[in-house]
Amino acid sequence: MNAPIHGLLVAFTSEKSFRTAFHHLRETGCTRLEAYTPYAVEPGVLPGATTPMASIMLRAGVIGAGGGFYLQWFAAHDYPLNVGGRPLNSWPAFIPITFELTVLTAALVGVLAFFCLARLPRLHHPVFADPRFRRASQDRFFICVRADDPLYASERVRRILTEAQPESSAEVPA
Amino acid sequence: MKPPVATPRDGRDEALIAPGETMESVTRTISDIPLLHPYPRFWWTGFLIAFALVLLLLTSIAWLFTRGIGIWGVNVPIAWGFAIVNFVWWIGIGHAGTFISAILLLLHQTWRTSINRFTEAMTLFAVACAALFPILHLGRPQFFYWLLPYPDSMGLWPQFRSPLEWDVFAVSTYATVSLLFWYVGLLPDLATMRDRAATRFKARLYGLCSLGWRGDVRHWVHYQKLYVLLAGLAAPLVISVHTIVGLDFAIAILPGWHSTIFPPYFVAGAIFSGFSMVLTLVIPLRAVYRLQGLITARHLDLMAKVMMATGWIVIYGYLDEFFNAWRSGDIFDRFVDVNRATGPYAGYFWALMLCNVIAPQFLWARRLRHNVVVLFFVALLVNVGMWVERFVIVVTSLHRDFLPSSWGMYHATFWDYSTLAGTVGLFGALLFLFLRFLPAISMTEMRHFVGAERADP
Repeated sequence: MNAPIHGLLVAFTSEKSFRTAFHHLRETGCTRLEAYTPYAVEPGVLPGATTPMASIMLRAGVIGAGGGFYLQWFAAHDYPLNVGGRPLNSWPAFIPITFELTVLTAALVGVLAFFCLARLPRLHHPVFADPRFRRASQDRFFICVRADDPLYASERVRRILTEAQPESSAEVPA
Repeated sequence: MKPPVATPRDGRDEALIAPGETMESVTRTISDIPLLHPYPRFWWTGFLIAFALVLLLLTSIAWLFTRGIGIWGVNVPIAWGFAIVNFVWWIGIGHAGTFISAILLLLHQTWRTSINRFTEAMTLFAVACAALFPILHLGRPQFFYWLLPYPDSMGLWPQFRSPLEWDVFAVSTYATVSLLFWYVGLLPDLATMRDRAATRFKARLYGLCSLGWRGDVRHWVHYQKLYVLLAGLAAPLVISVHTIVGLDFAIAILPGWHSTIFPPYFVAGAIFSGFSMVLTLVIPLRAVYRLQGLITARHLDLMAKVMMATGWIVIYGYLDEFFNAWRSGDIFDRFVDVNRATGPYAGYFWALMLCNVIAPQFLWARRLRHNVVVLFFVALLVNVGMWVERFVIVVTSLHRDFLPSSWGMYHATFWDYSTLAGTVGLFGALLFLFLRFLPAISMTEMRHFVGAERADP
């Protein structure tokens, strides 16, 4: 009776051995790798990893700025107040709120976009089933070679993982 | 068995973290405070005192809503009174949190790591206290939503050209962005709390709040970008907020308010008062919870120096006000300054000079700066001084303006003081709850701090 397997979960005690193993696995051609670290490791672990956060937040900010200014421009013309013949489009007075709404929109959209990109909230995940994984949020570095990786059962992957001297290694059910 | 950690130093003798700390030890030290609830007697005493003041606040608000703002000492010509003094004071205190977490992050000041979470919480709670006052001061608080733009049946819009309306947007944006920044920073730590919780109930509760964070490296890539960008947004935001608060005054033509120095001088004053509040809170807490290994003497020293630097910008603001009043030759402007120093509110003015100008100068001496008791009392005096400063600005300017026939006096009533004390209690109660249930120092950033040192010796 074989339960479906999510992957092979390997624990490391130091960032260095984790990085070496992860790098070798990627070079070998593993494509379905997951990695978990207790803090944000320096870039370079995932070469070529890009994030669209900046462009999403910039767009949101531009929309917030445009919308914020338009709101005030519209209000000034919808209910015109003639104060000593000054122009209704008194744009310098509209800048502070335009700025605030730029920041507000960019921040809100940025956080929402982050949750969409990371597919969070997701309260259940196969790796949580492994009691060792509790230390992923404390002081252990984990690599999970997923069972659907073409090299999952290959000798090369086994050898890399043995040479990297992990603290422990075990399969987790899907 | 882990090797001992090299001590990170930023080019000085004093360490930013005690030698021997490891990823495991920092995580344990920080997460044990909410999980094991050490020193319960300190916590309960503090919380119950604060909570008693929260009840006083609720009583004051209930009486205010029943009788109207006539229960306060405000009247024409001093229509602003304590409500605005307290509003500006609280929002200024909040600014140090954003300054530490956002501006120092962008400037790569690693020493912010062990204090940013706590000060961000301080920001949120201070903004909550601040935001109460304009609403309480409305007179008809049930119509507070008239300040927001919505298509109402009367076809009216808020006055978008008024700094008071700018305040609505500035403060609500500031509160929202601070909350997001704080919560995003908390996510990985909530996951740590979930994984260290001893009971299933706690693990589930923290697990729900952590939204299933697993520390996936792909998530970290988005996360770090988001965090830096939020910091980049929060940095100009914090400056805009107090600039707008300064403009509330500066745009009026009242002598003593109508001054171009106000926006920058208000921003500096906000950071000055905020750092003094951080010191006032951190010095006792690190002693009680034995956090001297994480919040070191070097942190206190750096915060004292920021306090002194911003304090001098504030002093420059005072001098500029006097100089411009004298140089302009405007009799009303000159009268305001003479009246502040010698008029019926002279006591407040000289208390302000003592607290904000004289007291911080003791910190020039390294020996006094490193004495936590001296530092604590100086910080406390600056807190008081910054409150008095706002009192002087609001009340002495309003009470004698152009025409002697419209002069008047302001005497705070019991309800003025009870509302102020009540918000101090609200702030304290929220801080105690934060200490009780959430990690007060960012564990993930501390681990990075310790772990990165070990990875690249």
